[in-house]
Order: sequence, then C-alpha cells, then structure tokens
Amino acid sequence: MIRTLPNSRAYTTAYRLFIAVFFIFLFSPLLITMILAFNNSMFPSLPWKGFTLDWFFGRGPDKIGIFHDDSNLRSIFTSIRVAVAVSALSTLVGTMAAFLFEHEDFKFKQAFYFLMLAPLVIPGVILGISILLFTNAVGLFFEDKLGLDMRFLAPGYWLVVFGQFSFITTITTMTISARLKKFDRTLEEAAYNLGANKLEVLRFITLKYLRPSIVGAAAIAFLMSFENFNTTLFLVGSDQTLPINLYLQVRDGSTPVINAIAFILITFTSIVAVANLYGGNKKNQT
Amino acid sequence: MQIALSVKNLTKKFGDFTAVNNISFEVEDGKFFSILGPSGCGKTTLLRMIAGFHKPTSGIIEIREKNVLEVEPNKRPVNLVFQNLALFPMMNVFENIAFGLRRRGEKGPEVDKKVNVMLERVGLPGYGKKQINQLSGGQKQRIAIARALVLDPTVLLLDEPLGALDAKLREHMKVELKKLQVEVGTTFVYITHDQSEAMVMSDYVAVMNSGHFEQLDTPQNLYSNPASSFVAQFVGNNNKFIVGLKKDESGNFYATTPEGGQFLLSEPFDLQDQGTFEMYVRPEAMIINPSQGNKAINELNADVKAILFDGGNSRLLVVPENSKQELIVALPQNHQFDYIKAKDKIRVGWYPESAVCFKKSEEKIYEEL
Amino acid sequence: MKNSKPHKIRWSFIIFFIPVALWLFLLIVFPHLELLKMSFTGTDFYGKSGFTLENYGEFFKEPIYWRTFARTALYSIFVTFIVLVISLPVTFYITKIAKIKSQGFLTILVLIPFWVSELIRVYGWIILLRESGVINKFLLKIGIFKVPHEMLYNDITMVMGLVYTSMLFMIVPIIGVMESLDDALIEAAYDLGAKKTTIWRKIIIPYVTPGIMSGSIIVFMLVLGSYLTPKLMGGKNALWFTEQIYNSMIIYFNWNQGAAFGFLLLLLSSLIIFVALKVTRQDFKEVVK
Repeated sequence: MIRTLPNSRAYTTAYRLFIAVFFIFLFSPLLITMILAFNNSMFPSLPWKGFTLDWFFGRGPDKIGIFHDDSNLRSIFTSIRVAVAVSALSTLVGTMAAFLFEHEDFKFKQAFYFLMLAPLVIPGVILGISILLFTNAVGLFFEDKLGLDMRFLAPGYWLVVFGQFSFITTITTMTISARLKKFDRTLEEAAYNLGANKLEVLRFITLKYLRPSIVGAAAIAFLMSFENFNTTLFLVGSDQTLPINLYLQVRDGSTPVINAIAFILITFTSIVAVANLYGGNKKNQT
Repeated sequence: MQIALSVKNLTKKFGDFTAVNNISFEVEDGKFFSILGPSGCGKTTLLRMIAGFHKPTSGIIEIREKNVLEVEPNKRPVNLVFQNLALFPMMNVFENIAFGLRRRGEKGPEVDKKVNVMLERVGLPGYGKKQINQLSGGQKQRIAIARALVLDPTVLLLDEPLGALDAKLREHMKVELKKLQVEVGTTFVYITHDQSEAMVMSDYVAVMNSGHFEQLDTPQNLYSNPASSFVAQFVGNNNKFIVGLKKDESGNFYATTPEGGQFLLSEPFDLQDQGTFEMYVRPEAMIINPSQGNKAINELNADVKAILFDGGNSRLLVVPENSKQELIVALPQNHQFDYIKAKDKIRVGWYPESAVCFKKSEEKIYEEL
Repeated sequence: MKNSKPHKIRWSFIIFFIPVALWLFLLIVFPHLELLKMSFTGTDFYGKSGFTLENYGEFFKEPIYWRTFARTALYSIFVTFIVLVISLPVTFYITKIAKIKSQGFLTILVLIPFWVSELIRVYGWIILLRESGVINKFLLKIGIFKVPHEMLYNDITMVMGLVYTSMLFMIVPIIGVMESLDDALIEAAYDLGAKKTTIWRKIIIPYVTPGIMSGSIIVFMLVLGSYLTPKLMGGKNALWFTEQIYNSMIIYFNWNQGAAFGFLLLLLSSLIIFVALKVTRQDFKEVVK
C-alpha cells in the first residue's frame, strides 16, 4: 500500500508500469516536438533526414529559421510586452489584494472575497467576450457623448493586457495571500517597538517577508500571460501574441519552425518553472 | 531613587470584559520587577499598554515622570522582548540587533561597535553573521534581549520570553537573565506565569489575578506572608485544609476540620462572620514525626500513601486519619527518614506560625498541575 | 481580537481597496453585466435595438446549438472524471509510494509539461497522431500498418487531448492534500484488517475530497471553456460550444447572439460547480484554497 506496508510483487510491478506509461504519455509529445526541431525536413514528421539547425538559424529561401522569421519574432516580442505588463500589474494589484483580504476588515469583505475568486470559475472565453463587449460599449459611449477616441479600449495591446490581468490577478492574490497568512504579525509590532515607522515596517519587514511569493507570483503571471490563448483570442488586435500566431500556423499547416519555437519555449518555461519551484521550496523551509 | 515607570489607575476594557482593572504601581530605576499570574489574568494586556500596543480605557502611564499615553509605540523609551521573540527571519543576527539603531538614523562604525558590544554582553560574540534559523532556542533568546537592550531603553519589557525553552535551559537562563540585568542596570518589567522565574530573578513581584494585583511584595514576603488565598496557592506549593474557626477562653484561635482535628493558629481572626475558611501549610513547613513534648506544635496522624522520590524535591504523599484529603510533606534527603515506607503510619506536625488562613473565596482559582 | 492593531490608519485600507475594487468592478462585474444586457438585446427590422428574447430563442430553436451545448457539458464531465481516475493513483504514487528522495523530483517532472503552452502540447499530439505523423510513419515502417490511419479528428483523441491538457490542475491540489495525509492513518487501517479497496474508500478518498473538489472544479471549468484542443483535435463536424461563441462573435459578428451563448455557458459552469459542491458538502472558499 504505502512504503512501510508489504505489497505483492504483481501489485508493485503493475503500479510501476502504470506510472511509467503515465510519464511516457506526459512527455512523448513534448520530446518528439523538440527532437523534430532538428530534423532536416520540410515537414515536422519522420523519417529522420539528418540533423540541422536551419529551423533556428536558416536564412531561407526554403528554410527560414525562427531567428529570421519576422512574423513569429514579432509575435514573440508582442507576447513578451504583454506578459511583462500583465506580470507587473497583476503582482502589484495582487499584493494589494492580499493585504486587503488578510489584514483589513471591512463591510462586505466576504462578498469581495468571493468576487476575487470568481475568475477561477469563469471560462476564459467568457471573460474575453464580456470584456470585449464592455470596453466596446464604454468606447462607444466616450465617442458618442464626449467625442473622445479611446484607442486603448479597442481590441489590441491594452485590451489583451486587461483581459489577462483580470484573471491572473486572482492567481497572484492567492499566491501572495498564502504567504501573508503565515506571516507573524508580532514581527511588525517588534519592528514598530524598535522604532521603525509604518513605511519602514512595510519595507523592511512585511514586504521583505513576502518577497519570495511576490517573485513567484510574478513568474507565474508571466508564464500564464505568455501562453494564454482563450481570453486573448477575443481581445487581440493586429499585433498577434505568440499563441494566437502559432495557432493560425498550426491550423493552416505548419513547418518545423514551430518545433524550433516549441523547443525554445519548453526549455525556457522549464527553467523558469524549476527555478520557481526550487526557489519556493528553499524559502518555505525557513 | 528615581521612578522609572509609574502606572496610575490603569484600566483596559474589551467590550464588556475588563482585562485590567484599576492597577497602580511604581518601579524604581534599575529594579527587576515581575508580574506573575495565570494565563488570561491580564498581564499581557498590561504589558502591551506600557509598550503602547493597546490604548488604556482609563489611567495614566508615566515613564521617568513623563506621561507617555500620547507617545506612539515606536517613540516610547521602552522596548519589548516578545513572547515568541519575533526575531526577523529575513535578517541575520547583526541586522536584527542593528535594526533599531538604524531606525534612529545611526550609521557606520558606531552601529558595528554597539552591536558587537551587545553580542559580547549576551555571551555570543562573533554571531553577527549567523542566520536566525541557525540559532538554538537559548541563543535566540539572548539575541532578542540584545536587540531590545542595544537601544538602551528606560524600561525593558519582557513577555514570558523563557516560555518556549525546555526546563533545563530555562533554569539556566533565569540565572543568566538576572546577572545580565544587574550588569546593565536597566529596569526590567518581566511577566510570567512561572512563579519560580519570578521569585528567582525579581526584586519585586506583583501577583496578578483576573485583572488586578493580589499582592505586590518581595519574593520572600510573597512566599512567607501571602496576602490572599490566591497568592498562597499560586506562589509555591501549599497544602489546603478546609476549616472552621473557633476561639477558646484564653483567647487562642483554632482551626477545626470536619474530621475533628483542631489546630492552633498564630494570629487572631475576626469571628463576626462565621463561615468556611481555608488554611494553608507548606509541604516544607511540615515536620515528620516531630519530637514529643513540644506544646506549641500542631500534629496529626497520617498514613503514607506513596513516596514521591524526586531528588532534592522528594515528598511524601500522606492521608490524615479519618480523612480522604491528600497532603504533601517535604521529605529531606538526609537519610533521617529512610525508614519510612509506603503504608507506614506517621505523625506530621507544623508550628502555628507556619500556617496561614483566609476566608474561603468563591472565586475559582487556577490550579497548577 | 486581542492583538488588534494599535493605530488604525484608514487610508491604508483605501490604498489597498481602490485598485482591487477597480479590478473587480471594471474587469469582472461590469463586463458580465454588459454580457447579460447584450444577450437580451436585439436589432429589429428597422435597425433599432431593444429588448428581446430572440438570442435565447435561437439557441433552443436550432438543434445544432443546444446539441453542441449538451455535448460540451457531458464531455466536460466525462473528461473531469477520467482526469480524476488517472490523477488519484499518480498523486498517491508520488506522495506515498515513491522514495522520499525522488518525491520532489517527480513533482517537478509532473509540473513541467503543464507550464508549456497548451498550443505547443496540442501541437505535439498533432505531429504524433496525424496521418503523416510520427506514430503512423513508425507503425508503417515496422509493418503493423499497411496504410496510414488518421488518428486525429475524432472524439476519443479529443478526450485524450483534453485530459492531457487539464491534468495538472487536478494533480496539484490533490498532491497538496495527499501530502498531509498521515501515513499512520493508512497503517492503522491496515493494522485493523482493512483491505486496499477499503482503505481507499474509507480513508484516502474522504481525506482528499477537498483536493478532488478544487481540482475537479478547475478542470471542469477549463475543459468546458477550452477552445484549442477541441478545435485542433476534435472531429470536423462535432463542434465544441466555445467554437459556437467564437463563430457568432468573430465570424458572423453577431455579438448579441454570442453574448447569449456566453451567458449560457457561464450559467452552465456555475450550475454544475454549485451542484457538485452541494452534493459533496464542500465550501467553495475552502475548496479553492
């Protein structure tokens, strides 16, 4: 059953086999995708035609590598710009929300708390369309009544940022709240007692304590934003984010340049995820 | 002597609940003053009011004869050593101790010097670079005290700082803390529920119970002349007898037990309101098999139920004849009483002046286990 | 509260409250009210807009709409169930059977694939499964297949894809709870003569129910609202409801219709989550922790 209890051989073997199959299931699509990024072929498929780096560095004419693929590079750049903004905004507001829900008391706190959790159970597609409808209505209102052209309310960069921010902030709030919950408030009193003022307490004690969770939340927010598809789909303008751009290519037929992008993304996200998990574990021990 | 801390008619209410009820006291400069009481008696609230974390409902707090009620906690010349120590886990030892100095705007080598002197003083020289989680319980203790002392407060408040330590270390730290206080000469106000801590370290102890002081006295007086039933039970161990009182023709007062025992008392009592009284005799005031012919001694016969061997703190558990009440009798380990075995019959006696007697209080009293 | 804060400064509350309120109202509450309003708005013959039930009427009149809706709901429940059935033994293995040393490593190993964008993961399956894909090529080469088979674009593949893309959100909350399950409880049950199935039924499952519920809610919600996986892996003539919404909104540019569909989907997800919570007697606030 568990480590300390005896098990029959057949049971143990069957269980191990199941776990092995599970991990193969988990990794085979990713590994194949990564390997085929180096296949010297026009199609992301077998047979293996030899090793090449053309899908990374190729200058054409038949093989344009990712580093010379303007459309994909532009979408990567767009995604980074979106992710940086979303990560910064949602971490900032998430920190404030954590303080609001953990340290403040106010009327309707419970209701606000539920509202804060709501994005967890609202499908991303719905968030996307409702924000699209609302910003459109507000934009029309400003244009009709005030004669103002509110560019940022039309589908495009800012709408994508708002849309992703709307649910990613729930995740950052929960991440930061979880650590703030464990914060011993006598530390604040101690600092206060030792002569620190309110701002110094916040800066030297509370925020310092929260820092691992703030960094972690920012990393998670960045990744979630970078790979978001559902909400972005409805809010995107002419500047496509990487997932949207990739989707269009996959839908309409693809070349191994997607594998090259996948290779870079998988490597990058793995590093961020491992760093985040490892960093998180290390901090949690103290 | 200058008065370091003066508290006048201090009261704190939380809604309907009165946590601190009209307390007044003064602490002279350089004294070690303890507030001793069971948990929930209001001692922490009292301390937090002095530190500034609670606003009193009414009353005055003066430090060096200056009213500090309007002074924010971060500006008061008092520092608090927290119950859980509240060392900053995100800083090393040096930064913890330097924290308060830096908040005052002190910089550079001056800070280094003060911190190092303080580390030396608490017996941890060279520990500045250590992280908090690398310290043992006793070391954390010292760092917490150093962090507060380095600011040279007029009064150092300590909120049961030894509570988290194991028994052996606590014994050691008591002595250390007393030595430290004598050395630095800072006024200490120490709160605890452990009577031994209070007795060993303090110049004065206030025994606190449900929001008020039962008695404020030297440790010796608390022990030998408790002012109330509560103090008698809370400070040290005591045997309790439920008794009635009577007076004979020659003017002597006696305590009488339901089993027919009659014990001479050393003090007169007002017998106007008849009723039940409580008489207390300390285990170490009980004499085993007292020599015959001493008229002034009270005696009773008892069965030895068990010998509770505990080295220098060994005791006999005895049950008086015709009674069910158990008494504890100190058993000196000088081989004089080696002959006593369980189930033996012995005599137990005490001098009248060893017993104290109070009107029975209805109040439920915290019993130490 | 004995440790009440000594000097309440109300403006700290205001500083925290304003951005949070702006977020929740401008990006959650008002947009959904607008969604609701739009779903009841229609344009009449003369181009004047006004209240109408037409958008919802359309949904019930056209079988394709409500059939897709029902199909999406049922498949979402089914996928959630499959994910649960796979996740339980996996999390149990990681937390209770694997060597303590390898526990952290296995956890990270499980998490990594899910940090990779959904699109890349789906793409991986496409190049594995399609007619000209890796598996086909491989099986043809070793002679198991005589002609290539299309393994994409059917419901089984789609379900597998949905299971694959949403599994993390079941595994993470269950690992969290399972870790805190004291081994001694299982040992005690074993010692008292319980069989494996009994231990699972009476000890493990009841203990991890909060984790199961939070995982199920998130997985269900993600599957119900997913667009990529059904679109890229599912059958061509078997739609997912999110595609209907996309088509109404973006292709036919009929926002009122799209709003009605969106609102129906939101209603469905809230309803099923509500029922699931009631049935298992869990509290939403506890579950999402």
